[in-house]
Parts: sequence; C-alpha cells; structure tokens
Amino acid sequence: MSGSGEAGRGQGAAAAPAAAAVGPGGPSRLAHGKWTPLFFLAPAVTALLVIGVYPTLFALVTSFRQYNLTRSRDGFPFVGLENYQHVLTDGTFWQTLGRTGVFFLTVMPAQLLLGIVIALLLHRPGWGFMRAAARVSLVVPLATTYAVVGLIGRLIFNRDFGVANQFASWLGQPAQDWLGSQGGAFLAIALMDVWQWTPFCALIFLSGLSMVPVEVEESARLETGSYFRLLRHVQLPYLLPGLTAVLILRSADVLKLFDMIFTMTRGGPGAATELISIYIQRVGFRVFDMGTASAQAILLLALTIVLSRLYIRVLYREID
Amino acid sequence: MRRRFLSSGLHLAGLLAVAVFTLFPFYWMVSSSLKDQIDLLASPPVWTFAPTLSNYAEIFQDEKVVNAVVNSLIVASCTTLLSLVLGTPAAYALARFEFRGKADLWFWFISNRMISPIVLALPVYLLAQQLRLLDTYLVLVLIYLTFCLPISVWICTDQFRSIPPELAEAARLEGADQLFIFRRIYLPLGLPGIAVSAIFSFIFSWNELLYALVLTRRTASTAPVVATSYMTGYELPWGKIMATGTVIVLPVTIFALLVSRHMVRGLTMGATK
Repeated sequence: MSGSGEAGRGQGAAAAPAAAAVGPGGPSRLAHGKWTPLFFLAPAVTALLVIGVYPTLFALVTSFRQYNLTRSRDGFPFVGLENYQHVLTDGTFWQTLGRTGVFFLTVMPAQLLLGIVIALLLHRPGWGFMRAAARVSLVVPLATTYAVVGLIGRLIFNRDFGVANQFASWLGQPAQDWLGSQGGAFLAIALMDVWQWTPFCALIFLSGLSMVPVEVEESARLETGSYFRLLRHVQLPYLLPGLTAVLILRSADVLKLFDMIFTMTRGGPGAATELISIYIQRVGFRVFDMGTASAQAILLLALTIVLSRLYIRVLYREID
Repeated sequence: MRRRFLSSGLHLAGLLAVAVFTLFPFYWMVSSSLKDQIDLLASPPVWTFAPTLSNYAEIFQDEKVVNAVVNSLIVASCTTLLSLVLGTPAAYALARFEFRGKADLWFWFISNRMISPIVLALPVYLLAQQLRLLDTYLVLVLIYLTFCLPISVWICTDQFRSIPPELAEAARLEGADQLFIFRRIYLPLGLPGIAVSAIFSFIFSWNELLYALVLTRRTASTAPVVATSYMTGYELPWGKIMATGTVIVLPVTIFALLVSRHMVRGLTMGATK
C-alpha cells in the first residue's frame, strides 16, 4: 500500500514544531498530524451518515410503530414487534421472497452460461476488429436506463404487434399473450434481465481469462489438443473469483430489482412478477402501510448485510 | 486446414451473434421511435419503413418531457459534482494514510453498493415530507449521493494509489502541506480516475427511477419518471415512448462507451480487475 509509513512519520511531524510546514497552498495546521486523514474523510463520512445511516435508523424506528399514512389521524403509536410478527407470519411475504429466489435461479444459469461462452469468444485470437466491436457492444445493455429496458420489453413482448411473437412464428410457435399470462410475464422479465446482465458476467469472465499468463496458455494449447481440457485445467481456476463476485453481486441486484419490472409489468398480472422490492414499494406507497413496509425493508437490509459481509470476506481478503 | 477454417468461421458467427444479441433491443427502440403510428401497430411488425422524426418533434414540443430532461441534467450534474467534491478528499485519505478503523471504513463505503434503494426510499419519503423537501432537486441529489459517493471514493482511491508516493515526499521536503499535495499533485495526476468516477456518477443518477418516482411529483420529476408516466390508458403512444426512451438512453450510452474499459471495475467496486 503506497501510503504506509505515512502515519508513523506523521505523528513525528505533529510533535515537531508545525511551523516547519508552511506551504504555498495553505496554513500550517494542515501539516502532517494524525488528524490529517480525519480532515480529508470528514465531509464524505458526515454526508453518508446523514443521508444513509440516519434514514436507516428512522426506518428502524418506523418499523416498531403502527404507521399507516391513510390513518394518520390515529397518530403513529409504538407497537413493539407487532409489524415483524405480522410480516414473518404473512404468507405473501414469504411467497414474494420465494418468487425472488426462483427469479434468481432462472436468470443466473442463463447469464453464467452465456457469459462464459461470450467471454471465450472474445478471448480467442483472430477477427480483431469484430472482437473489439463485440466487446464494445456489451457495454450498451449495461448502460441502458433500467426503466427504459422495461419499456422496450413491453413493446417487444406486446401480444398484438410485439416482435417476440414474430420470432416465435418464425420458429413455428403460436403467438403468446406474454405480459397477460403469469408464466409469460415472468419469462419476459427474466429474458430482459438476461439481456441486460449477461454482458456483466461476460466482461467479468473475460477479465478472468486475460489473467491467465500467456506462456501458460500457449504451452497448454500446444500440449493438449482438447479445448475442454484447456478450459478446465488452465482457464477455469482464473474464472472462479469472478464467479463468486458475480453470484453475490447478482443476488444483491435481484433483491434491488425494481425499475425494469415496474415499467414492464408493475408486478402483474396478479402477483406473477412481484419481486421483493416491488412488493415493499406497493405496501409502502400504494397501501401506505409504512410500518409494515419498514419492517420488511429492515429484514431485506439484514439479508443484504449478510450478502455484503460475504462479498467482502471472500473477495477483499488481501486487504485484511 | 479445413478444420481451422471452419472453427474460424464459427468464431466469426459467434461474435456476430453477440453483437446482434446485445444491440437488438437498443436497435428496436431507436427504429420504433422513427416509425409512425401505423407502422408501429403493424402486426406482424415491419422491418423496413419510411422513417419519420415526427415523434421527436412531438416530444420536444411537450413541455413535460423537456422539463424532465432538464431536471435530469441538473440533478445528475449536481450529484456528480458533489460526489467528487466529497469523494476525492476521502479517497486521498484512504490512499495515502494508515489509521485505525481504515478497513472497516472502507468496507462500509463498499457495502453501500449492495443496499436496496427501497430500504432508504421509505424513510427518506417520510423525512422529506416532514422537512418539506418532496419534489425538490435537493432531496434527489442528496439521496443519489448514497450510491454515487461510494463509487467515486472507490475509483479515486484506486487511482490515487497508483501515484508514486515519492512525489508527495518530495513536495513535503519542499515544505508543502497536505492540502497543497492533494490539490496540486493528486488531483491533477488522478484526473483519469476522477473523470471515470464522474461519468459513473452521472450514469447512475441519470438512470435512477425508484427514488425519483416516490420523491417527486411534478416540478422536479426526472426523465425516467416521465417516460414511465405514459404507461396509463389503453392506447399507448408507443412512438413518443420510444422517442423519449432514445433521448434518455443515448447520452448515457455514449458516456458508457467512453468508460467501457472501466465498466467492470465500476460495477463490481473493483473486486475483479
């Protein structure tokens, strides 16, 4: 780490007369004392405490209250753990979590498989220009506004004039009412998610492949004619850290997924595409039951914290 | 020889398939925005048609859309600026000093990447209501900092670490203080990383829907909110929707292409290089 040793010497400098450090840029109090990091960190940390931590604490307090905006005349009395009791015994909450899990298990295998195939195609030597063009094109889905992805999906999967049904007819399939049927809508949002996030997996795997030392890959290529043996014994070990990152980040993303589903189906038909964030938003902002919604959000936060601890533990080991 | 020819051909076909797969929805949005209502509602869809700019003419005359795009620009620019002003000094401290609790602080910054916006949307709505901040730029800028600031801190820390510490040492021997070193050495030399984090902040705040949906009504509503607001009634104005979508997506796509080399680092907070 480049800054190491600074702290030790910094303390020495603080003990010495600070007058030595009158720079052209500012007064001497900003010399090299042990408070210097604090000075530079304070603005960002204060900001995140005010805008991130304080609202979270507020949500925690709200989750212990009866907080229904449509009945604000009753006030917002504390009800202890009642909201949590309500949420944890509520079948809909568990069903929604289950649906979110099924969604993850639907999109993830497709994204991983397509991601690996795309990464291998892009890693393979030859067709330099086309490879560069394909690599750049991967950025387009990632940058597309999530809400607009939902709008595009709604047009593509339209029953009457959507292009998805045209593709289906080319394959000899009958036209579907994609967004009007429960299974169809679920599949449609899954396909849009696969479109948007496969490039993410592909780019991570590609950077994993490029970590394989060139000499190792070359000699392995000469030694074995089998493509799959090369993949399994030489390249796969370099793909594993990326795989872990993808799995954890994507599961956090699925818990966050809101914009695309909201514009595409609003969680419908029925509750077929109502994943966890959509559900909490409905309870909070369409039923206006802020107490229950906050309890759900706090439970979701707990789940997220577990995920991020896992992420840090697995992937940032070298920092400790 | 023939086998190599075949596999090379398959490679090309695969690469073409990748480009078609990634670009098709984008292409479909842009081409739909150039269709008139008859072509849009054709069943099955038409692939060749006489393009028209009438949808764009219509949305640029719509005060609501123009306002929303301007709002998005203001909010995203302010968020970007603020996240750099707050983020670069923090990155400097993380890159150059050792202090107690540094690892924990670092993890705290990173874990903000994971938090679901709905967790903050509920309390921030209630707080903003009490403080009469609903439907203002300020509340959006502040809440967008919760995800832009960590990204800026991360990318800039990474960039600042690559600056040789000898430069700062030399400046110190000349009598420069920390603020001087930060402003005159680290900011200029870290400019590439600062630019990348600016672009990321801009893209993320420009693209955001959930907070904007619940925290704005009319005056401060952003472009994604307006694009979503067409979604009522039976006969949807698809041409206008797709034209608005194109107007929203095009600028950020161009930005993203500029930082395409850093895309993975930005999205993973650098867990994989």
